[in-house]
Amino acid sequence: MASARTDIRRYAGFSTLTALCLTVLYVPLIVVAVYSFNDSRSITAWGGFSVRWYVDVFTGPESPVFRAAAWNSISIAFLASTAATVIAVSAAVAMVRGGRFRGRQASFAVINLPLMVPEIVIAVATLIFFTTIGLRTGYGTILIAHVTFCIPFAYLPISARLQGIEDTYELAARDLYATRWQAFRLVLLPLMMPGVISGWLLAFIISLDDFIITNFVKGAGMETLPTAIFGSVKQGIKPNIMAISTLMLAVSAVFVTLSYLINRIGQKAR
Amino acid sequence: MAGGAATDSTSSGTSWRRLVLPLLLPSWLVVGIFLLMPVALMAIYSFLAKDFRGGVIWQFSIEAYDQFFLDRGLFGDEPPRPNWAYIAIFWRSIWQAGLATLLCLAIGFPTAWFIATRNPRHRALWIFLITVPYWVNLLIRTVSMRFLLRDQGPFNEALMGIGLIDSPLRIINTDLAVQIGLFYSYLPFMVLPIYAAVERYNFALSEAARDLYAGPWTVLREVVLPSVRPGIVAGCILVFIPSLGAFLAPDLLGGARTYMIGSLIDEQFRGSAGNWPFGSAVAMVLLTMVLAVLLWQARARKAR
Repeated sequence: MASARTDIRRYAGFSTLTALCLTVLYVPLIVVAVYSFNDSRSITAWGGFSVRWYVDVFTGPESPVFRAAAWNSISIAFLASTAATVIAVSAAVAMVRGGRFRGRQASFAVINLPLMVPEIVIAVATLIFFTTIGLRTGYGTILIAHVTFCIPFAYLPISARLQGIEDTYELAARDLYATRWQAFRLVLLPLMMPGVISGWLLAFIISLDDFIITNFVKGAGMETLPTAIFGSVKQGIKPNIMAISTLMLAVSAVFVTLSYLINRIGQKAR
Repeated sequence: MAGGAATDSTSSGTSWRRLVLPLLLPSWLVVGIFLLMPVALMAIYSFLAKDFRGGVIWQFSIEAYDQFFLDRGLFGDEPPRPNWAYIAIFWRSIWQAGLATLLCLAIGFPTAWFIATRNPRHRALWIFLITVPYWVNLLIRTVSMRFLLRDQGPFNEALMGIGLIDSPLRIINTDLAVQIGLFYSYLPFMVLPIYAAVERYNFALSEAARDLYAGPWTVLREVVLPSVRPGIVAGCILVFIPSLGAFLAPDLLGGARTYMIGSLIDEQFRGSAGNWPFGSAVAMVLLTMVLAVLLWQARARKAR
């Protein structure tokens, strides 16, 4: 009797391992966030609470470098994720609404290819390509590379959302003499919006995060935040790097929270 | 059902069929020109001769692959012997990635199971907790791990503080540090697909097995694992593939003796000492291995 009533969902030790998993994931981030408020110049000893390293990030000797890098990172992420989202919306409509057509599987593979090829291989191949066609590496080449690898990240949430929308809404609009473009813009696109925003946010973060590919195609003298941080860390971890890291951590947390909330609203609206 | 309804009525008014080509053209163009062509060009580069100041001479040569697999002595005039130096780096990458995958599975499966068996209202919050680190910049996460594990870092201080050790453990610059880094980097990739699979699992199957006097661990092994296998395979691939070509973990947490494929490729394109054809050849070998794993998975999935 007792064994029949034991919960089939419970296994001894699984909750402990879950706690371990969350500890491993969060402890390094929390430690860096805490030490970023350390008043001491040494990163080892605790010298009391202070925000001096945050002030240093914005006004210190390295601040012009960081400011330029932050501007490059954010503007590239904005442009790349927007371009990738437009491309992904158009691809998702064809893939989900196009029925069966020749080359559908090949198209699916092409859209997801940037996910399958290892980052370091994309980085090397892209550098070779730009060098061979004689394009000077810099802002433009970073942007092109980012648009390319952001496409699948934007595509996944958008196509998932579109698959959940029945085409009766569009049909109704078309029956009422809406043109295809009107039916898309006024009916389908608003319904797809939660997926589109999720896709855009995901692509934005992925672009902001990228180090390996950017590092290969950035050229001399051009920095994004990750490459600037990497360059600085190579000479040892300084307190101002911990402050920047904590700021970027906060930005990521805000983005993931936004995406989470938008998805929940989207689910409720259905 | 929604998907079925959408495809069934494609012959009627909303059909986008005639627009498929223009709608897919942008993605084909961008990925084709900026990813497929570069990879093809990289394949060509791996068969060219190297130039002194980095770059290539347009002349067919299998020197790069020869250098990878064979050792012909310092001046290239000795009889060829197999070259173990680069194969050893590949071997280290494979077992590091494999071990990271196993560790992620050992922690990730129970975590995914635990979350999928919570009250449905709280599951989204648990998954949110797993995804936040995934969205944090990988570079920053790796730097944080390096900060934590340093000789005078908080981890060693804490261990010395509670009297477990007398002198700091030397973790940084070892294979162990790289392993911790890989495990930590890709752990969320393991949890998410397994969670998706467990959430769809029909718990009545477990119940039936228990009624037939199977113990809980037998149920897990014989009933649950086969049902959620696609999720486990997906998670393993999502951890194994990026670990295999990882650059940040070996570079920031490891040292000169913990070289992995990613570092080897990177080195060939740094400054004038690089060797582009050789770097391309190593990248081709890595790409071939990754595509082989993906093809194997696709075929295994079809066979089911």
